Amino acid sequence: MEGETRVHIGSEIDIIEARERGRTIGKLVGFHPVDQTIIATAISEIARNIIFFAKQGTMSFEVIAEGNRRGILIVAKDSGPGIADISMAMQDGYSTSRGLGLGLPGVRRLMDEFQVISIVGKGTTVTMKKWVAHYD
Amino acid sequence: MSKRDEPRVSESEEVVPNEPRSELLRQLVAHLRDNRTQLRQEWARRITQASLLTAMSQDEIFAEATTIYENYVDALESGTFEALQAYARNLSERIIPRGVETDEVVGIVLLLRDVLARSLFAKYQQDFALLNRILDAYEPAANKIANTVAVSFVQERERTIRQQQEAIRELSTPVLQVRERLLILPIIGVIDPQRARQLTEQLLRGIRTNRAKVVVIDITGVAAMDSTVANHLVQTVEACRLLGAKVIVTGLSPVIAQTLVTIGVDLAKMNTVGDLQGGIEEAEKSLGYKVVPGER
Amino acid sequence: MEVPILKQGGHLIAAIQAALTDADLIRLQDALVEQVGRYRSKGVIIDVTALDVMDSFATRTLRSMAHMIKLRGAETVICGIQPEVAFAMVQLGLTLEGISTALDLEEGLALLNRRTVNSNQSV
Repeated sequence: MEGETRVHIGSEIDIIEARERGRTIGKLVGFHPVDQTIIATAISEIARNIIFFAKQGTMSFEVIAEGNRRGILIVAKDSGPGIADISMAMQDGYSTSRGLGLGLPGVRRLMDEFQVISIVGKGTTVTMKKWVAHYD
Repeated sequence: MSKRDEPRVSESEEVVPNEPRSELLRQLVAHLRDNRTQLRQEWARRITQASLLTAMSQDEIFAEATTIYENYVDALESGTFEALQAYARNLSERIIPRGVETDEVVGIVLLLRDVLARSLFAKYQQDFALLNRILDAYEPAANKIANTVAVSFVQERERTIRQQQEAIRELSTPVLQVRERLLILPIIGVIDPQRARQLTEQLLRGIRTNRAKVVVIDITGVAAMDSTVANHLVQTVEACRLLGAKVIVTGLSPVIAQTLVTIGVDLAKMNTVGDLQGGIEEAEKSLGYKVVPGER
Repeated sequence: MEVPILKQGGHLIAAIQAALTDADLIRLQDALVEQVGRYRSKGVIIDVTALDVMDSFATRTLRSMAHMIKLRGAETVICGIQPEVAFAMVQLGLTLEGISTALDLEEGLALLNRRTVNSNQSV
């Protein structure tokens, strides 16, 4: 498994494609089945945000290693309207009550590392990582 | 034992062009092979003298020393370390349970390096320039070998420790089936997020395999609970419910009850019963069992 | 992919076969809400065994589906949520509050039958 693989997110079907891609890579890297599901769920949420807010974008997946540990890096990019107040969007409960929440705090709980960079009018980049927990 | 710092006076007098490194290594390997019996014995003697590998018998030490020696020389000759690494892993796996420590493993490899360097010194001391070149060829490979063995050992040890931790965790969160469709999970001790997670996974699997409808989580044995763990508990209860199982939590201490209220846990979502006995009775009731006094 | 809806006694069973797009889910919702009235069903089972991910959209749609079905006079039971899926859902903060759940189809049917019998008796 080398380099990165990329999925164009432009319709709902791409959401399924993206999470299946993430699950496959997760399995190759050696993630526990529970973590494969967690990764797929996080991908689903973020891909959905792209569709809802930016209409389209890309998601790339990469196997990463650092010292003894291995993991997966997922980068979601779009050129949508951006998020005006990220710190507010990261608060639990923000806008979820309206039913179309960004779900960012939840996704952050699912992943080990999570970062959102957004410029209003330019777009949003979500970078997230998860490391293989030692179960061997 | 390094001769690197020795002034290298002879070098300028050298007339013959230096042999290629591979030629030096070939000579070196030939020497180590020709004298293997004596060198192995010397090494084993030094290991005992330095009180290393005390958990092993003399015969065992000699047997291992023989194999390590062959692998060592092979690695020197081929410049590849995979076989040595595999052997080091295998050795580590066998000796870790017997209590052999990292410093002992590093110690024996350094001793071998020393024994071999002394032997090379004895052989080539007449020709200092050659000796220097031999040692220059030998040292980087010897260092790499020492490093490979030590790292393999440490990795193996970490793996063993992780496995043991796993096993202890599994043991410390037994999911018990006390009746058909009724599981009990008695939690004892400290719950950290990792354990909370493991416990939830085990419980969810248990619900599925035992087709459980009611789960009693007894936390009498848990002294304290911070808000993170309390939230995990609530998540566990919710996850069980998603699988169709009802959860009854028993044995909440006054302190934990306070924590739960302070952090604003929605108690409406939690069925709580004072003690385990009461919890089981409640569970049996919701499973449709009737408790009747036995006949005398 | 269309989700087949079966009639079993007074109940409707929707057995999801594979990962669904959002549009599929909405179609399922419309079909169930309509058929509950047409067949005068008392209960609906949605079997999600085949779903390997339940994100916020899927959860929300299932929840509103159950609420609409309730307004149309029937009970909903969601069955077959996989342990890993349940684990990911609660971590994400998703629950199915107020909606009945069951381990699998068999349990779901048993639950609905119990409920329907009880309500018949109480009438």
